[in-house]
Amino acid sequence: MTKQVQQLDRVIIRFAGDSGDGMQLTGDRFTAGTAEFGNDLSTLPNFPAEIRAPAGTLPGVSSFQLHFADHDILTPGDAPNVLVAMNPAALKANLGDLPRGADIIANTDEFTKRNLQKVGYDASPLEDGSLAEWRVHAVPLTSLTVKALEGFELSKKDAERSKNMFALGLLSWLYHRPTEATVSFLETKFAKKPDIAKANIAAFTAGWNYGETTESFSVSYEVKPAKLPAGVYRNISGNQALAYGLIAASVQARLPLFLGSYPITPASDILHELSKHKRFGIRTFQAEDEIAGVGAALGASFGGALGVTTTSGPGVALKAETVGLAVMTELPLIVVDVQRSGPSTGMPTKTEQTDLLMALYGRNGESPLPVVAPMSPSDCFDAAVEAARLAVKYRTPVMLLSDGYLANGSEPWKVPAAADLPDISTEFAAGPNDGEAFLPYLRDPETLARPWAVPGTAGLEHRIGGIEKADGTGNISYDPDNHDRMVRLRQAKIDGIAKDIPALEVDDPDGPGGGTRVLVLGWGSTYGPIAAAVRRIRASGGKVAQAHLRHLSPLPANTGEVLKSYDKVLLPEINLGQLALLLRARFLVDIISYNRVRGLPFKAEELAGVIQDVIDSE
Amino acid sequence: MSELLNGRGLSLVPKSDVKQSMKDYKSDQEVRWCPGCGDYAILAAVQSFVPELGLKRENMVFVSGIGCSSRFPYYMNTYGFHSIHGRAPAIATGLAASRPDLSVWVITGDGDSLSIGGNHLIHALRRNVNLNILLFNNRIYGLTKGQYSPTSEVGKITKSTPMGSLDKPFNPISLAIGAEASFVARTIDSDRKHLQSVLREAAEHNGTSLVEIYQNCNIFNDGAFDQLKDPEQRDDITLRLEHGRPIVSASKAVRRAADGGIEVVDRASVAEDEILVHDAHRADPSLAFALSRLDEPAFEHVPIGIFRSVDRPSYDELMAAQLEEAVAQGGPGDLDGLLLSGDTWRIG
Ligand SMILES: Cc1ncc(C[n+]2csc(CCOP(=O)(O)OP(=O)(O)O)c2C)c(N)n1
Ligand code: SF4
Ligand SMILES: [Mg+2]
Repeated sequence: MTKQVQQLDRVIIRFAGDSGDGMQLTGDRFTAGTAEFGNDLSTLPNFPAEIRAPAGTLPGVSSFQLHFADHDILTPGDAPNVLVAMNPAALKANLGDLPRGADIIANTDEFTKRNLQKVGYDASPLEDGSLAEWRVHAVPLTSLTVKALEGFELSKKDAERSKNMFALGLLSWLYHRPTEATVSFLETKFAKKPDIAKANIAAFTAGWNYGETTESFSVSYEVKPAKLPAGVYRNISGNQALAYGLIAASVQARLPLFLGSYPITPASDILHELSKHKRFGIRTFQAEDEIAGVGAALGASFGGALGVTTTSGPGVALKAETVGLAVMTELPLIVVDVQRSGPSTGMPTKTEQTDLLMALYGRNGESPLPVVAPMSPSDCFDAAVEAARLAVKYRTPVMLLSDGYLANGSEPWKVPAAADLPDISTEFAAGPNDGEAFLPYLRDPETLARPWAVPGTAGLEHRIGGIEKADGTGNISYDPDNHDRMVRLRQAKIDGIAKDIPALEVDDPDGPGGGTRVLVLGWGSTYGPIAAAVRRIRASGGKVAQAHLRHLSPLPANTGEVLKSYDKVLLPEINLGQLALLLRARFLVDIISYNRVRGLPFKAEELAGVIQDVIDSE
Repeated sequence: MSELLNGRGLSLVPKSDVKQSMKDYKSDQEVRWCPGCGDYAILAAVQSFVPELGLKRENMVFVSGIGCSSRFPYYMNTYGFHSIHGRAPAIATGLAASRPDLSVWVITGDGDSLSIGGNHLIHALRRNVNLNILLFNNRIYGLTKGQYSPTSEVGKITKSTPMGSLDKPFNPISLAIGAEASFVARTIDSDRKHLQSVLREAAEHNGTSLVEIYQNCNIFNDGAFDQLKDPEQRDDITLRLEHGRPIVSASKAVRRAADGGIEVVDRASVAEDEILVHDAHRADPSLAFALSRLDEPAFEHVPIGIFRSVDRPSYDELMAAQLEEAVAQGGPGDLDGLLLSGDTWRIG
């Protein structure tokens, strides 16, 4: 039977099932095939906070969304075109996000009376007509898988477990994905259990063949490869990119990396990743709590290492006093905050931008430090290198503000060559800096950084600590004027970094004075949705400029100028307006805030609507 | 050198080529404890003892928390880090774990190490990081002007407990043994010879050594350890712990009790071979723990010396070994190789 092939420019698929159904793996494999094929893509996993919520219930639903296209894309997509629902709970939890007309591939075997009842369906939605506005493909995924594996010596349960691979095979057929990588992946993953490997491959192939033969699918789809800049690519998540960035920073700074960390969602994967790379001389220390994690990192920095601590908001709260000590002792330190919903435990697996003010000001005393926020999963790599550069050069703690959306989302990344990365190395103090004497707080006139004299260096023995320092000598000082001077010096050192970071760039096709009146500003992970929304506005003839802040402290030197060159500045944030508060205070600009704090990233369509409203409201 | 040493504690710390003296270790900072404070005696004991270790001065680091005692690093002409309340063991852990060529000392008070920093203390001990922790126990909060501490006796009247404190104190030695410490000792500020002999063993010990030093705060808790200093009674109260020697004071002796524990009896009433011989190296910590309980009721008899000193790999050694093993297995890290690991594809 020859089937119709339809060309699409982009597709959004969401795989959803019970946490035990292997949806993350299915999504990962589909992503790998899609990446290999050469589409641009962006992914968004969404898993329950509970490790094993009761099977078949709404809290147990885990999903993975993938957006792929023949052109460059910026987000995992607003609404799926296709939902794969492995059970009634997955259908119910996701239907609200599904536009009318979208495809639903439902595993009918799981639509049993009991499973329907668990989520409050009186009758099967597959049969009662309630899904009439969607295109439903009812597929007995479980029993088809079991049947395909009849020849294998497997328990029924083990055979059923391969149903996700059947689904993957079916979707791979539907979207013309290459299969070789998945086959070799399964062979490697189950190298020690060849039977299981074969069974999974058989299920995968059976899914593919099912698509080819069944009448339930009359059309298959092609999405041509995207035209991306030439280079070698890999798919990478934000947490992995951040970990790689830290390793690269350690290599480029020629300093051994010391990570002190305490597990916390969604930051733990950075600890896991770095723990794998001891070959780089990386020491990872799982501390007794967050305070010990940052303390050990600071101790290692004192000893001449690149001290790093990784955590999420609750951990940053605990680390505050030690970060203040790093401000006072002026030692390099990188504090990674992968933000999650708060306050308190909040919603650990959900994203938010609510730690900005804590990062900037959440310490006692005047304790300024640089804050850098990556704007996409792959940008976590560059942002980590940048954070390390500032920490090392200016001898200061630096806050790196990622979030749950970046951490777990992934996208293709054009892999840089190590040789092209910046050299961020520094010199330790080697001898006296004031005649015969060594003054640990004598500053570099250019950067205002103090010397980094590490133990083991003869003649430079000195004592540092949290008590106020006398300017220059670093001895304990309670002198009022000295304190005032030191408070200002520490601030001036951080402010001066503005000279050493790129200016805020504005994307305004009509240029300054070209008639664009509205600027949309963002920071951190909202870059993708904002940029996608801006494209939509422009595609429909609207005029809007966009700028994105990657450095939140200090701000780029031209920030005020940019803000003042537009009639209206719109600032969407996943908080109640933290950056807006700052910019209003600092530049006296009447920022228009748009805030939603649902634990989810913005949608491009939502933001396009908001931007249009601002344009229209003149 | 004493037979107690396992010797590896300082094996990676470079030795000085010149002979050092006490004045090499005095910094130019004016010492600012209250006149008469026990901290002076401890500082002098440390400054006059460290030269004999013969280490490069620049490879010695003193890390402290907050408290009167924690001012100590300012007075040592070495590298020093006066940190924040309770966190010195954590900070020193990062330093020692990444720099095996340093001799790292933690200076802490009873409040610093057992209240706010209790968690870090026990975890440093169980990890066996190569640190020497000197716990200045004056059984009071000195710096904050005299509140009771976690080692103050029940019923202690202070500004914060005008009707007497309610909580049972920690016994730091029992706590340390319970926390898997590999080296635990007690000494006293006024007995310089003993203090220095304990420090010597502590410095050489591989792993964390915890040394509780009874320290008099003559302003807020004066005379807390007077019984141990009073010539009339000190020799009867003090049970000297010396490895391989019977555990006795002038008039008392320790022996196995009928119920399986240990007891203190009149020395004259027991035969020499009935007296318990101290074995600091016993792998099983229960006897060391039992010894740590002998000073209840308080000051009837107080064991002084090294309760426990056992050989166990230090955290820093093990950590360094893992790095070496990783390199031996896969070669040194290669950044391009790492960035290109996993599935990649080429465009253009
Ligand atoms: C986070 C924090 N909480 C409280 C204090 C106040 N503080 C300073 S020292 C101290 C207690 C010190 O007692 P101890 O550790 O026994 O040291 P000592 O002064 O007796 O030597 C307290 C409560 C502080 N500096 N930091
Ligand atoms: S208050 Fe007590 S412990 Fe502190 S310096 Fe004075 S005497 Fe010493
Ligand atoms: Mg005290």
